[in-house]
Amino acid sequence: MLILFGIPITQLLIFGTVIKNEISDVPIAIYDESKDEVTAELINKVRSSGYFILDENLESINSIDQILKKGYIREIIVFENNFAQKLLKEGRANIQLIADASDPNLARLVTTYTTGIINDYVVKMNLNKGMPLQIQSEVRMFFNEEMKSSYQFVPGTMALILMLVSALMTSVSITREKETGTMEILLASPLHPFQIIAGKVFPYLLLSIINAFVIIFIGNLVFRVPIAGSFGLLLLETILFTTMALCLGIFISTVAKNQMVAMFISLIALMLPTIILSGFIFPIENMPKILQVLSYIMPARYFIEIIRSIMLKGIGIQYVWQETAVLGGMTLLLIAVSVKRFKIRLE
Amino acid sequence: MEKIIEVKNLVKKFDSFTANDNLTFEVKKGEIFGFLGANGAGKTTTIRILCGLSAPTSGDVRVAGYDIYKEQEKVKQNIGYMSQKFSLYEDLTVSENIRFYGGIYGIKGEERKRKETALLKNLEMEHARNKLIGSLPLGWKQKLAFSVALLHDPKIIFLDEPTGGVDPITRRRFWDLIYETAANGTTVFVTTHYMDEAEYCDRISIMDAGKIEALDSPTNLKIQFGVKTINEVFVSIAR
Repeated sequence: MLILFGIPITQLLIFGTVIKNEISDVPIAIYDESKDEVTAELINKVRSSGYFILDENLESINSIDQILKKGYIREIIVFENNFAQKLLKEGRANIQLIADASDPNLARLVTTYTTGIINDYVVKMNLNKGMPLQIQSEVRMFFNEEMKSSYQFVPGTMALILMLVSALMTSVSITREKETGTMEILLASPLHPFQIIAGKVFPYLLLSIINAFVIIFIGNLVFRVPIAGSFGLLLLETILFTTMALCLGIFISTVAKNQMVAMFISLIALMLPTIILSGFIFPIENMPKILQVLSYIMPARYFIEIIRSIMLKGIGIQYVWQETAVLGGMTLLLIAVSVKRFKIRLE
Repeated sequence: MEKIIEVKNLVKKFDSFTANDNLTFEVKKGEIFGFLGANGAGKTTTIRILCGLSAPTSGDVRVAGYDIYKEQEKVKQNIGYMSQKFSLYEDLTVSENIRFYGGIYGIKGEERKRKETALLKNLEMEHARNKLIGSLPLGWKQKLAFSVALLHDPKIIFLDEPTGGVDPITRRRFWDLIYETAANGTTVFVTTHYMDEAEYCDRISIMDAGKIEALDSPTNLKIQFGVKTINEVFVSIAR
């Protein structure tokens, strides 16, 4: 009953709330070269829109690269100097919107909304002052100048495939041994449960690494997703994520009664939450708070962030060490819980 | 005679259900000990505890001279186990299975090759060395599973319903193998619900609802209950 009604209802609720094209509370930074009343009014409008949160007022243009690489700020609004004066004298002034396009969907939304706010201001200004004024916004999509959608999909697909296939392989393999009865023989032998688990994980780890290589190369050569950062780091992070997924598979095998259940959990139960809540297609910043909190337990979320950062932004370990630590922690937790469950089963 | 299994006051409970209710018995070295009872009587629970697959709720258990609480690894090194499903890996060959299980018990290289050849010769299966287990008939799998469980020369071998699903002739042949093994000094602890197989054992115990209701040689039991077959003994108890 729970599955029959629960799953459709939950899915509808999740899909309905996640698939929306509005944004709220997106962190941005502002570099205001002129600091006059007009820029102050515009900044105020942006801040009170509810779409953005002003995180930092920048003092120089040099740090833009660093800031976007950190991954927290999604857009930097740059006002040129003598903004108000230029508007009065020449009838036009320029704004630059620099967006972090490692998540192209979000970048598009963010710049569209910002432009919307600016245009709204222009219209109101023109009505009030009776002069045709223009504020030109130039949009720069950092890390993804050509706004290729493959940049959106390839990192996410990598995460999804590695996660599902790895979890599937180990969970099915172990439950199969339980079904055929060979697991009992192993347990009755002098082998330690840890050795049995390691023996199952290791070959799939090797196979998954080959898989990862292939996916990265296809992404790079066929879909032209760049590898701006260190390939070695990318590979190591992929191995870490794969190990985590394999351990997740082991955990699934301790709760699944047979191969069918293991397959169901690994593929179907994992697939939708991973696609929706990991930031793969729908930006996490868009989601209601509850789902944002839920997305914190999705391992794919961290890995997608890591891949995008390494492949598209070309950053080093210093920017992704937090996500890496989370993945490492998840792996250890899964191992500990699985070994414990293994032992409990023997009681 | 040396006691190879000593069980005192063994209790196993699953929540409120008592599967093993205060069992006390001994098995002598070199015996063929039959552990009988209807389905659900508690046989499989006991055998799992003796093999270290499950922990008792309480009671003393010593197997092959070692305490199962404190010396589990030594116990496992000295026992062999054949499960109901004749567990060998279906998509590996006979030879690969022998290599795998040998490896678990530390039998490698020359020693393994020697044992492999001897095993196949004994079963007259030399030609099947490189055949997949999945392609073999059930009776062969059964004999192989048994022999592989003996590869590391354990002191006791536990057989959990080893003759399920095979024809009477194959069953008889399998018991020939068991006799051979026991004659070599290996103790055989076998559970079965085929009452005629009880006649083949040195001593049998009959379990009912978690308790041992009878334990003696088949001949003595038949005299004790005044009947001609073990089946009748069993029926008397079950009433």
